[in-house]
Amino acid sequence: MADKKRDFIDQKLQDLNNDGVDRRGFLKCMAWAGTGLVWTMSGGIPVSHAFDKSSGKSAVKGAGFSFVQISDSHIGFNKPANPDVTATLQTAINRINALPHIPDFLIHTGDLSQLSKPSEFDTLDQALKGAAAKQIYFVPGEHDMLTDNGEQYLQRYGKGTKGAGWYSFDQKGVHFVGLVNVVNLKAGGLGSLGHEQLEWLEDDLKGRSASTPIVLFAHIPLWTIYPDWGWGTDDSEQALSYVKKFGSVTVLNGHIHQVMQKIEGKLSFHTAMSTAFPQPAPGTAPSAGPMKVPADQLQKVLGITDVNYLVSGKSLAIVDSPLDGSTSSASEKSSG
Amino acid sequence: MKSIKISKVVDLRWSAMALVTVVSLMALGGTLASSASQSGGGSGTAHAASAGAPTGPEMEVKIDNFVFSPGVVTVKAGTQVTWINKDDIPHTVDSTEGKFKSAALDTDDKFQFKFIEPGEYPFYCRMHPKMTGKIIVQP
Repeated sequence: MADKKRDFIDQKLQDLNNDGVDRRGFLKCMAWAGTGLVWTMSGGIPVSHAFDKSSGKSAVKGAGFSFVQISDSHIGFNKPANPDVTATLQTAINRINALPHIPDFLIHTGDLSQLSKPSEFDTLDQALKGAAAKQIYFVPGEHDMLTDNGEQYLQRYGKGTKGAGWYSFDQKGVHFVGLVNVVNLKAGGLGSLGHEQLEWLEDDLKGRSASTPIVLFAHIPLWTIYPDWGWGTDDSEQALSYVKKFGSVTVLNGHIHQVMQKIEGKLSFHTAMSTAFPQPAPGTAPSAGPMKVPADQLQKVLGITDVNYLVSGKSLAIVDSPLDGSTSSASEKSSG
Repeated sequence: MKSIKISKVVDLRWSAMALVTVVSLMALGGTLASSASQSGGGSGTAHAASAGAPTGPEMEVKIDNFVFSPGVVTVKAGTQVTWINKDDIPHTVDSTEGKFKSAALDTDDKFQFKFIEPGEYPFYCRMHPKMTGKIIVQP
């Protein structure tokens, strides 16, 4: 079983180095997402370990701290793809609370709401009160900035942030940067960080030791996944040039409602599942909109992402967990 | 002879009435210039926009599957265009030149804009900027 997994992993590593996303590559990614594989980055070389669910503990030792990424809760959405997104958000929170370790904090990578309505933000806040982790960091999605230049979002989640809500913080030597790439978008374009934010980012990173692990998080992917559907950021290359010197950089995004990962040297990119509804793989549907799956499949395609920071290797271990708690057995079926 | 004289008088009266009618209609058209109205906005409830009986030509642009269709529309000046969102995701209608800007339109919400001046009016969805379209207004 372990050998089979290792071959699968090696093949996956090769696939990840290709920039294009084909259907087979996507399916492998999707299968991978449910396996509970723990990826660690050590000096830029990814290594995997089995996530030992039976013992309830991660096989990865020496964790410095952990956090959970959730994304795309879309509170207010009520169409057939998921008539009750508040219920699936609650399931995600229950999954977080059932983790063997209480995360130090949560990161929500945007599209908290469906229409930037106060009632939607209220419902989200109410649900999150039940999360074991009390510190939550947010970045907005395009659904959160729909009224008055994002007034509703910024009033609630913008304290201490700059511009449209960007900021940075440190946790046990790891430097986190929340970026906003969903405002002032140009017709025909992708996501956009904008000049002011890029200047701030360059300044924020200046003078930090190259051995500082960096985590960037933003709603729209900071790498080009599928431009036809707007899955990318026009000026992300400039942002990424500012992190070139660092030994470990992890980019966490949402927006596409499925797990995709790419590793480029010391830079690893990861997108999270939504807690509300899945979206199709690139080019496999007329549009990027909500994808209906059979009701009993819904919890397999929604999920949370558990991230463990390993002090020893100064690396991050990223584990995607579907809401139904499925692991390797499910992945073997779907990767066939 | 008499009949011809009478008919001339009648003709003049009809002409006068026609002139008055035309002038009134022009004045009416002027007061409706560049009116933008929309329904639903951010409230999320779907209801049809109604600005009374249409006073001129109408055109509809449907939004579905992250696409405006038709993508390019040519209309006569004075046409009111209605965008209707048939997608299961909200979208917006934003002029790239700042001439009009809708609120977020949920499913079945509409946005209306009356085009008075001839010209080209490119627009897009500010949430999903790959969605673009254009209204071409002819005199």
